Amino acid sequence: MPILPKHAHRRKKLGLILLMITGVGVAVGMVTMALKENINLFFSPSQVLAGEAPINHTFRIGGMVRTGSVKRSDKSLDVNFDVTDTAKNLPVVYTGILPDLFREGQGIVAMGKLRDDGVFVASEVLAKHDETYMPPEAAEAIKNAQKMQATLKE
Amino acid sequence: MWLFYHKLGSPKYFYSLAGKLIPWFGWLTLALIVAGLYGGLILAPSDYQQGESYRIIYLHVPAAWMSLFIYMVMATCGAIGLIWKMKMADVIASSSAPIGAAFTFLALVTGSLWGKPMWGTYWVWDARLTSELILLFLYLGFMGLQAAIDDKRSAANACAVLALVGVVNIPIIHYSVEWWNTLHQGTTVMRTDKKTMDTSMLIPLLTMAVAFKLYYATVLMMRARNEVLDRERDTSWVKELAAEA
Repeated sequence: MPILPKHAHRRKKLGLILLMITGVGVAVGMVTMALKENINLFFSPSQVLAGEAPINHTFRIGGMVRTGSVKRSDKSLDVNFDVTDTAKNLPVVYTGILPDLFREGQGIVAMGKLRDDGVFVASEVLAKHDETYMPPEAAEAIKNAQKMQATLKE
Repeated sequence: MWLFYHKLGSPKYFYSLAGKLIPWFGWLTLALIVAGLYGGLILAPSDYQQGESYRIIYLHVPAAWMSLFIYMVMATCGAIGLIWKMKMADVIASSSAPIGAAFTFLALVTGSLWGKPMWGTYWVWDARLTSELILLFLYLGFMGLQAAIDDKRSAANACAVLALVGVVNIPIIHYSVEWWNTLHQGTTVMRTDKKTMDTSMLIPLLTMAVAFKLYYATVLMMRARNEVLDRERDTSWVKELAAEA
């Protein structure tokens, strides 16, 4: 191979460098795999209901706000809603101001504790947004097209 | 091709070539930044979900790309320096570090400012944000290590090893949003499965990305020229230059 260094000692050095990078890569890979649960920012409702989330400890849940589940109190900042990963739902209660992007169908990450009755008491609610960017007209057009398709199927 | 490569390895040749290129690169950078910002902040439509707030993407994303790119340049130069003992490789690596650190810092700050209105928080310890912060520490560690060792040759070797070890972090940053669940959203541009950004928004973004690359090249050449003068101060050509000035 013409790209490889011509001198033997340089070739050896190149080998050592590649070996070092591979070694560090494998080590870091194994550590991050072992710590996967700690690196993940949140648990999904399915994981929480399967008992994987820590009991009596603060943790984060993530998922979508189930459509039609948001109920706000008239007198206070109390709000309750379900977080869903489409397989399982988890009821959440929260008191406070929600981020602007919070709405039904939106992805959120909430921090808090699981109450004995299975309700997640959130102390912080963050909104996730997706990686798509488009003008409002384009979003509208997509919505209309989907509606059209749905009607056609019926 | 090889002749050019070998010539570029000579500090004297690099000094004069970079001196000629800097104004071209500088003006082109300026033109592209003006065009990119005008396109991004004025021409591009607002986002269906984030309204006007998404426009910080035109600084945030190019800066984050540069933070990864410059690190890869440093690591590559580190390997070249270790294997071929090429002086210019050391110069490029050491001159790149502060620029890379600045871009990383810019990516973190703009991301934080974007996070507050959209997510509801300036900072969260998710995999993407944390690994990018580690990248900043890698840059700072590189600069610290370099400053701590007086002998330029040993400093360059030590820094090259540090840069190469840190390379592991680069794929982690890129894939963090896929390997773990994070608050940070997934990849928008560097994907092939579907188009996730409207063309009218994408063009200014890519313009800014090229502008940032050219900015890096310009500042790198300026810094590397200074570094070359410092390292070669005892040679006849630098003394001649100094006598002329």
